[in-house]
Formats: sequence, C-alpha cells, structure tokens
Amino acid sequence: MLTKGVPDFSEGAVSFDEDGHLERGKTPTVMNPNDAFALEAALQTRVRHGGHVSGMSMGPPGYAEVLEGAMESVYTDDSYLLSDRELAASDTWATAITVSSGIEKYREEVADVDLVFAGFKTADGETGQTGPQTCWALEWPIVTHVIALDIDPDERRLRAKRLVEGDVDEIETVEAPLPCMVVTDPEFEPTYRKAAHRLTHKRLRAETQERAAEHDEHLTTWDHADLNLDPDYIGLDGSPTIVSSVDPIPKAPSEREATMIDPDDGAAMEPVLEELQPFAGGD
Amino acid sequence: MSEYEHYEAVVVGCGPGGAAAAARLAEHGVETLVLERGVEAGSKNVSGGLIYAEDSAPYTIDGLFDGFREEAAERPVTDYRIHNIAGDKVKTYDLTDLHEHDTDWCDAVLRRKMDSWLEARVHEKTSETGGGVLTNVRVNGLLREDGEIVGVTCDELDPIEADLIVAADGVNSELAREAGLMDWEEPDEWFQGVKAVVDMDPEAVNHRFGIDDNEGVAHLFSGDLFEDVRGGGFLYTNEESLSIGTVFHLDSLVAEQAEPHELLDALLTHPVMAHWIGDGYDEREYAAKLVPDSKKVAHREPYRDRLVLVGDAAGQMQAQGPIIKGMNHAVTAGALAADAFAITRGNADPEAAGRRYAKLLEDSGTMAKLRPKQYELARTVGERETVTNVVDRVLESPLGSVALGNPLADRVLERAYNSPFLVSMLPDTRTGYTTVPTVIGEARGKSIRWKNDAEPPTLEERIGDLTYDTDVGNPHIELRDASVKASGAAVYACPVSAEAFGGGCYRTEQVKTNGDEETLVSLDTQPCVECGTCAIVADTAWEHPRGGKGVEYRQG
Repeated sequence: MLTKGVPDFSEGAVSFDEDGHLERGKTPTVMNPNDAFALEAALQTRVRHGGHVSGMSMGPPGYAEVLEGAMESVYTDDSYLLSDRELAASDTWATAITVSSGIEKYREEVADVDLVFAGFKTADGETGQTGPQTCWALEWPIVTHVIALDIDPDERRLRAKRLVEGDVDEIETVEAPLPCMVVTDPEFEPTYRKAAHRLTHKRLRAETQERAAEHDEHLTTWDHADLNLDPDYIGLDGSPTIVSSVDPIPKAPSEREATMIDPDDGAAMEPVLEELQPFAGGD
Repeated sequence: MSEYEHYEAVVVGCGPGGAAAAARLAEHGVETLVLERGVEAGSKNVSGGLIYAEDSAPYTIDGLFDGFREEAAERPVTDYRIHNIAGDKVKTYDLTDLHEHDTDWCDAVLRRKMDSWLEARVHEKTSETGGGVLTNVRVNGLLREDGEIVGVTCDELDPIEADLIVAADGVNSELAREAGLMDWEEPDEWFQGVKAVVDMDPEAVNHRFGIDDNEGVAHLFSGDLFEDVRGGGFLYTNEESLSIGTVFHLDSLVAEQAEPHELLDALLTHPVMAHWIGDGYDEREYAAKLVPDSKKVAHREPYRDRLVLVGDAAGQMQAQGPIIKGMNHAVTAGALAADAFAITRGNADPEAAGRRYAKLLEDSGTMAKLRPKQYELARTVGERETVTNVVDRVLESPLGSVALGNPLADRVLERAYNSPFLVSMLPDTRTGYTTVPTVIGEARGKSIRWKNDAEPPTLEERIGDLTYDTDVGNPHIELRDASVKASGAAVYACPVSAEAFGGGCYRTEQVKTNGDEETLVSLDTQPCVECGTCAIVADTAWEHPRGGKGVEYRQG
C-alpha cells in the first residue's frame, strides 16, 4: 500500500505567501486524499482474503505520521518509510526507481508481495505517473481507475472493474495475473456484504488501536544505502524533469455581491424566503 | 452446499432480550451472530427505565452479565410511591411493599448507556464461539426455503441462514409480523409512553429526594391531571438526571384526541413536581415508545419454524396498574430461548427449539406473570363499559367518596395497592386509572401550592434537540390511506406531531381537487422517533429505517 504526504489543501489549513507560493512550512502534511481509496481497497482485499498489509511511503521523516494515519484508518500491520536527504526533490522517475527498489527490498527481506495498491495521482504533483513508472520498473502489470475488485487466490488472478471516462462513461472489466499493481479511482467504494467480513473488519479495528498507539515500533526506515541506490540516479540528480516555475492563477473577482445572513435571524431571513418562494414546489 | 452464509444462531437486536439470548447461546458454545440496526446498541431504545431482578425468575441481568449494576445501571430504587392527584390535591401512598414483592433488586437505567455496555460484553462472549455483534445492520425480513423460515435477509448484508433465529427486534418487530405471529391492528393492545430525561446535578438529586448516592426513588402519578386519558406518570432518579414520563393506553389517547407531549407537560408542570424539578429545567432528551400489553398480546407460542420471539417482539411487557416490568422478562425469555436451542440442538424438527422455549416460559412461571389468570377472569366483567359507568358513578357520588375517603379506606386502599394479587386483577378502565385516584386525592389529599416554574421545551425544540441521520429520499413509512378517517388519529397520537404544529411527522392539509376542497393527512418521516404509533392508529406501510439511519437516542 503506497501513500504520500501532501500539503493539506483544505480550506483554512493551506497557507500561501504574498506571491501566491505555497508556504510549505506553515501548511500541515496530510495523506494524499486519493490514497484513501487505495487504502480502502487494500483493507477490503485483506478482509475478504486475509493476508498482511504494509504501508510504504517515500519522503521526509514527518511522513511517518501519514503512515501512522494509514494504520489507524485501515489497520495496516506495519510501515516502511524510504527517507534520506539524497532522495529529496525526486521527480516521478527518481521516485519510481526508489519506490520500486523499496518494494524489491521488501520482497527479499520481509515477505513476497501479491498486490500493490496506490491512489490516483497526488494532490500536489498531479502527474499520475509515479504508479505506472514504478510498475514499469518492477515489470508488473498495472490496473488503473479501479472501482471494484475481487481476487481469485487459487488462480492467482485479479478481476477488476475500471471506470473509463470519456464522451460516454464506461465500466470495463479486466483480469490480470498476480503480482499486480492496483490504482483505485476516487469512485472506489468498499463493500462488505458478508457478516464474516464485517466481523473481521471489527476485529482488525480493535487490534489496530493498540498497534497504532505505538506506531514507532512498527515503523522501518530505509535510506538510499539500505536500498542500494546510486545517489546519481535518485533525488534531484537523478531527476530528468525539474519544475522551472509555478505561476499562480489569480482568482477571478466575483461579479456579484454577497450578503451574509444569519439563518437564525428570522427577520433577516424573511426576504430570502420571499426570493425563494417562486422556486418552491407546491403551494 | 448452500450459497448463503450460515451461523448456528442469529440474534436480531441487541437490547436486553437479544443480549441475554446471545450471551447464553455463547455459554452453550453456539456460534452466534448478533445484528443490531442502531449505530450502537441502545441508540434505538427507550424505556421508562426500571429493570427488575425477580427472586422467582430463572435468570437476571446481573446473573448473566457480571458488573451490570455497577457499570450499566443508574440508581437502585429504595423508595417507591404513588401520588393520587385531584387538581392541586395530592394523596401519596407508599408502594414499597408491592415494589419489593418478589424483587431481589430494581435499578433505574438509561438505555444508551445500558445497552451499549451490554453490546460490548455480548461481543466478547459471542466472539469466543465464532460470532460477534454487528451494528448498523437492519434485518428486513425472513429467508425462506420451500415456505419454511431458514434465516434472515438484511438491507446491508447478503441473506444469512441460521439454525435458530431470535427476533429480539423490539415492539415493532418486523420479523414477528412477517411470520404472522404479531400484528399492529388493535390500539387497545398497546400503551404509548413518552419520556423526558431531565439533567440534574447528583447533589441536587440527593438533596431534593432526601437520598444518598446509592439510593433512588420511583414515583408514580395518577388521577385527573391527565383528564380522562387512561394511564399515569412516573419519575425515576438516575445518577445525574431524572426520567419523567407518562404512559397511556393507546386506544384512550386516540379516543380523547390527546397530545402525548401535552400530557407529559401536564405532569412536568404540576405543582407536585415543583420541589423535585426546582428552577432551571434542563431537558436532555425527549423520547417515545410503544409498549405492548402482555395481558392481551404476550404470545403463548412465540415461535414459528426456526424463529423465536423474545421480549417486546413477543409482547412480553407486563404493565398492570403500578407494576411495569418488561426488560426483566425479556432477559428471562432470551436466556430460556437459548437454553431451549441448546437442549434440542441436533433435533431434525425445526420447531423443536421453539416448542421447548414456549414450555420453558410456562414452566418457569414467566407466562403466568405476563398473562395473569386473575386478570383474565376479572376483565370479563370489569372491562364492560356499563360496569365501569356504574362503578364510577358510585365512586364519584358523595357516598363513594366517603367510602374511599375515610381513614379506614385509606389503609385498606394502600394495602390493596400493595397486593400483587389484587393489582393483577385491576381491570383496564378509567376506574383504576382516573376515578379512584381522583377520588382519593380529592377526599384525602393535601393541597400543594408550590409554584412550578418548569418550562418544558416546545415540540419543535424537542425534535430539534434529537439526533437524526436521515435516509434522504428513502422514507421508511408510507402513508397508504391519506384520508382523515383512516389516518387522522396519527396527527395527535404521534408523539412528534401535533394538531397545530406543521413541523412534525403528521399534519392535515386542505387539498383542492376539481373544485372541491378536502382535508388530507400528510407525512414527513424526518422527525420520526420510530415508536410505531402510526402503524396502529393510521393506515401505513411501516418499516424501520436502514441500519444506522433515523433517530439516534443519546439517553434512551
């Protein structure tokens, strides 16, 4: 289960300087919102089929909190953070090389991997490239825009429904062999229609409360040396793309006047209701 | 092999009946799944709130759940009284003897706290035998195979098969109705209770009732403060609140066109309450529930195929004069149903457990409490209107008042009230509920002139203070006949509707059709408290909301 920390872009949390540049230090880090769907997919797969779910992220030490959040919300068993200064300022290419190396190391030293789940593009980079590039490096198949999935553990195959958006939205059903990477669509919704699955879900939640409280004990951090990566091929030096500049798009000024009204103020609400009257159904 | 999930036992509802059944099943080693439609057990439950442990009962809640009284209950009842009221005159009898008859202990409870505590214990117990408790799951019907009940269907889960299905899904049990064992037809088979939980500092509770931390009171109220509506009021002390409520025969509410919340307010604002409520009335929660009258509806054979009914679902609610016992009987019934299954486990006859359960209800004396023989005999003469009228006229006459009002009669009456045998005979007429208490109050009572400043919230405020998760676009009640004749009674009988209030569930509207103007009843289920009143007094298709949806009681 791959996740990334991103600036909290929600209203009130995000902070910009006078030039419209993001003030990274003043903006808290949260889990990339799209990753929540991937987490749910990983949890659903684990509830239905059993297994072990690990969270993995690449970023500064503070991203441990994002992994802790994953443990709390979807009950990951343990966390792996790929982190050191040499990895800073990686583009999607360098990130994919690093993450795929992390997954390879995990397979060699921890356990074999059947599925890797990732969210659909990050809220800060918006490239949607890291997942496919990681898969390319691993030489695994990738299934994107997944809105529902099921696994046949005996056949070691995955069957997934993909939401294909276009002039007409379509739902495509695809199959892929394991191991495989699954990228969830924001439309993904887990379903638990079996009592046994809900009981498992409830048990995992109870077990996780204690584990998440001591997240540090379940966190492994690997640096570039652990991953056996050449500094020339990772981080800023290993990144063929750089972001040369960011131009803020100024918000268009509102052409209409806004009047704030307290909904509890009966007299002030009077004209609002009168305005709405013609649009209300019935009499 | 069947395509469905299978559990040895499925228990529907995690109130005291379901909890007792599930705990006992787990003790027998039975794989037991408990399905509860609330976000947490207790969030859909209301009771007056006294739970009894009877000396004569085979099971008690603290016997099944260690630590129940310390962790899940409020105060024990150490003082039990009835107040006979006529205007501002009040005559009080001590009912402690009646209360203590066959009583090991009796505690006030608030259902959210109690049932959620039970849920946690039940989940621990049932997890050990391969099951557990699931909340937010509404069982919506029975799974049948060749016409025979073999399991349950749910809104949130695929169908589940079970060898035993315990319907502990409350007074409005959809399973009991689908199985054809209960109905919603006759208003005279039901009571409706409404309750306010009033916030109060524990020191104030102690001071105002003259009790210590580990003591509590139960007060009952009857007489003319509810005019001619048959029923009464109650006040119980909790640790940091009071439960004050009223319970009326549903047919009487309908006949008198009474507004339940106004009857509650009549009690809350009566001078007798002034001292106890004090100034600064702070209502935590308004709640309502239907109460089955076990004398009339307790099912003697509460089973069909693999389905057994427990507690309110089976009409096992004993309400006879001042005795109101429900939860204890649900606990006994739940445990007995579990025992019946354990005894007959492996029997090829699908009704073996049900039959054994009915026999255990009889043999344990539970059914005799729910359907007392004395009542069956007495009601044949007592509940005829002519008898009631004659008796009432005598009682209301100067002669009758002297008879009831003299000091000797006072002692006799207090003794009579305290006789479990006589109380179980009380016919359900206005004589017992209104006439006698009023005459007693009038002749023997002292005037109370305390000023009661309590200002209970309006119905609109009460609804506004409740927590709802509305299932938008998916109303759980459908009005089948909107004519005033068929469904007009709901406008006043519904505890969250009122004649002059447009913000409740039911209201009347003038509708113009082809030049004619006609009065029709309309329904908005958003403020619904799921009590079931309208299922009886109006023509509806009534279901519970989906799991986790609808009203969520915080006190209960």
